[in-house]
Amino acid sequence: MSATPKSDLLFSDSAWTFSDLQKTYDAIEDIGLNDLGLDIYTNQIEVITSEQMLDAYSSHGMPLMYHHWSFGKHFARDQMNYQKGFTGLAYEIIINSDPCIAYLMEENSMTMQALVIAHACMGHNHFFKNNYLFRQWTDASSILTYLDFAKKYIAKCEDEYGLDEVEPILDAAHSLMDQGVFRYNRPPKLSETERAEKIRARAEHERENFNDLWRTLPNTHESEEEEEDRQTEVRNIKLPEENLLYFIEKASPTLMPWQRELVRIVRNISQYFYPQKQTKVMNEGCATFTHHYIMNELHARGQISDGSVMEFLHSHSSVVFQPEFDDPRYSGINPYALGFAMMQDIVRIVTDPTEEDREWFPDLAGTKDWRSALKDAWANYRDESFILQYLSPKVMRDFRLFALGDNGKKPYYVVSAIHDEHGYRQARTALSRMYDLGLHEPNLQVVSADLDNTRKLTIQHNMLYNRSLDQDTEKVVMENLKRLWGHDVELKQVDMAT
Amino acid sequence: MSHFIDRRLNPKGKSLGNRQRFLRRARGQIKEAVARSLKDRSVKELEKSGKISIPAKSTAEPRFRLDPKTGSREHVHPGNKEFAQGDRLRKPPSGQGGGGKDASDSGEGEDNFSFTLTQDEFLDIFFDDLELPNMVKTSLKDMETWKYRRAGLTVAGSPTNMNLVRTMRNAHGRRLALHRPSTDEVNALKEKLFTLEAIAQPTPEQVAELKEVLAKLEELEARRRWAPYIDPLDVRYNAFEPTPVPTTAAVMFCLMDVSGSMGEREKDLAKRFYMLLYLFLQRRYEKVDVVFIRHTHHAEEVDEETFFYSRQSGGTIVSTAIEVMQQIQKDRYPADQWNLYVAQASDGYTQSGDAQTCVQLLTEEVLPIIQYYAYIEILDEREMDVFSDPDAGAELWRAYRSIADHRFAQTRIASPKDIFPVFRELFVKDKKGAAA
Repeated sequence: MSATPKSDLLFSDSAWTFSDLQKTYDAIEDIGLNDLGLDIYTNQIEVITSEQMLDAYSSHGMPLMYHHWSFGKHFARDQMNYQKGFTGLAYEIIINSDPCIAYLMEENSMTMQALVIAHACMGHNHFFKNNYLFRQWTDASSILTYLDFAKKYIAKCEDEYGLDEVEPILDAAHSLMDQGVFRYNRPPKLSETERAEKIRARAEHERENFNDLWRTLPNTHESEEEEEDRQTEVRNIKLPEENLLYFIEKASPTLMPWQRELVRIVRNISQYFYPQKQTKVMNEGCATFTHHYIMNELHARGQISDGSVMEFLHSHSSVVFQPEFDDPRYSGINPYALGFAMMQDIVRIVTDPTEEDREWFPDLAGTKDWRSALKDAWANYRDESFILQYLSPKVMRDFRLFALGDNGKKPYYVVSAIHDEHGYRQARTALSRMYDLGLHEPNLQVVSADLDNTRKLTIQHNMLYNRSLDQDTEKVVMENLKRLWGHDVELKQVDMAT
Repeated sequence: MSHFIDRRLNPKGKSLGNRQRFLRRARGQIKEAVARSLKDRSVKELEKSGKISIPAKSTAEPRFRLDPKTGSREHVHPGNKEFAQGDRLRKPPSGQGGGGKDASDSGEGEDNFSFTLTQDEFLDIFFDDLELPNMVKTSLKDMETWKYRRAGLTVAGSPTNMNLVRTMRNAHGRRLALHRPSTDEVNALKEKLFTLEAIAQPTPEQVAELKEVLAKLEELEARRRWAPYIDPLDVRYNAFEPTPVPTTAAVMFCLMDVSGSMGEREKDLAKRFYMLLYLFLQRRYEKVDVVFIRHTHHAEEVDEETFFYSRQSGGTIVSTAIEVMQQIQKDRYPADQWNLYVAQASDGYTQSGDAQTCVQLLTEEVLPIIQYYAYIEILDEREMDVFSDPDAGAELWRAYRSIADHRFAQTRIASPKDIFPVFRELFVKDKKGAAA
């Protein structure tokens, strides 16, 4: 099963060499694959300078990305913050692709490099490959090719039509990125699986179709045949449609083919990142748990020194630190902290449960095989369902969680639940809902588009709990919508009875 | 499985393109911010990079988001110490508390977006619409830049330069000359072979024919082997030849009056002006020579350090500076190859009669060969009011007024805040009279 533990240290210095990295990687992979039983893509590990890290940071962390001024702005801001010491750079960026690309900064010490390898190349990698959302919605093997296509296509459009024509379209599409994904958060007419399959097949069909565009120049007008096809597809769209960018791309009366393609690129990228938004806690929890286990195991086997483990623990504890609500450093719940705590807790429930655990988690308590339990959780849940299923009273007590109800009009908050017998379930539900994108991103859908006559587009905002849209941003984004649609756009706000 | 890749030597600054786009987009506002920051700084500090902040509006990235002040929501926080269920807590006055925080790009909600410009970017924006006028003379003098031109074919080269058409042509010719059997020939023969072999009971003639065909086939194939389809001798590559690109060379002569009549304050103003000019040239032009000449009653060429930082004093004879400049120009900068520029700063008080000499030198000898001459008179602040009339001025000024040449310009500076506007006036792009 596991390899015979070596008795010599993998490294003894903080300065690293490539052979150190390789040796350490092999030892870490040994634990990851043979002990934890992880299932990962091939790892491609790139050593970069901090400047290159900044580069990667500002364009969603992707090694390839099209050019846009907003990335320049992020870069400028991050660079300033980094130079002034306001923020450190994440010591890891990892790309969900096959092979999985991870970046190591050259200025990390050897211990840190080991930590990053364990965290990203084992933890995140396994999560990307096995979690159902990623399997369903992203294609790891084709994303980089697609980004390459996108970058070249946009550059061609800029050459052909000029930056001043392309930029407004990209800006407008970016502002609608959150509404540019397929998701379902309402009772579907088909069965859930069928509908998911249909959506997934459609998305895949789109991805495959782009290959034709390698050879064509961005078009100013579409042929009659293309228009026919597009109109047919538009007629087949069942309203209400929640993917605004998809609807605009297909049905906008005024966009030219190359503009439609730009909108499509933006929404495909948004779709690619969609699972990442919904699994922050789990993903980070998985990776943090993995690195914690691996580093400790390496120490137990005598492969890293005490000093190294100290350094690791220091870094680890700052990463999982959770400031309390009245601490000036508080900025919400730290996904690393919550994720890690829950993973540790699952191990505890499985191996050494208390009475309370048996009552709350009858299927999990005392089953002894924590590796399978964790992998099952990592594969089949997303943040919202994970918290609903696995958050235990013990963790709630450790964090001393409490739920605060806020009715916008009232001048006070109400504490609706605390970490006691009465409050556990409600606090858990409330926390789980905080990670439900459907609840805290606005629910906007196309409800009608009078394509034959007035060409007016009607969007409906389904308000939950009386929450309406922020006025200032609404104005600006509506302008963008109008620009892409080319005709009148109306936004209605409808109260959903909840 | 793992691969390790060292990317540290890869081109850095992939974000350069994006950063430049961002600067371009926010250009208008950055310019304003730069101009504002100048008022507070001295010209000397120009060399350092600057932190500027611009209103966030034009570079905001808006999204639809829920207004945290409407509707009801429930948020969970850690660290409860004393609350019980049902407790009420007063909301903080600004009404933030627990609102839905969507992915903010840390610019929203703030009024200004701050970032740092590098020195180069700062100077670029600062000198954005300024240029040296009349830069027309080009020459092959300084062969720094080379361009590659096509120059026929060679027999050696790299695979990317292979010329397929010529190669195939040569191959075709060689094959013809060597009578290499074509694939069609061979295939036809093979067809015949198969039909013959297919006959179940061949006649003796057919057997003989079969033998013959086989032999012929063998011969053809042997021939095909020793006369290959393409031979390394056939291959041709495109040849490239480097040709020099004519460059524009310019030289700027800086003439500064450091005589006794120029007080410390005046010398300081002159130095600041030249510093600005120097930065401008460094920034905007790759190849500009700068010659520093300072004069009292005699003139000498000095280096940059001495020009800007050391002290001197004496009488005033301006024409000496012009003479020294002419000498240097004749020695080192032939007029047909160099674009010549002169900037002269003085308080205008010179030995009597000298002003006339200057004018004569200029109109007869200097102005005909140069592109542009800028004269800056440094005044006392009080004198600024007295001399507000363009005709009135110190002796040199009045003398220069008589020069009516589009290549000559004269302006005044009385205080540090005049330097920049005057500078802009002198070097703004598309000046009238910038015709060749």
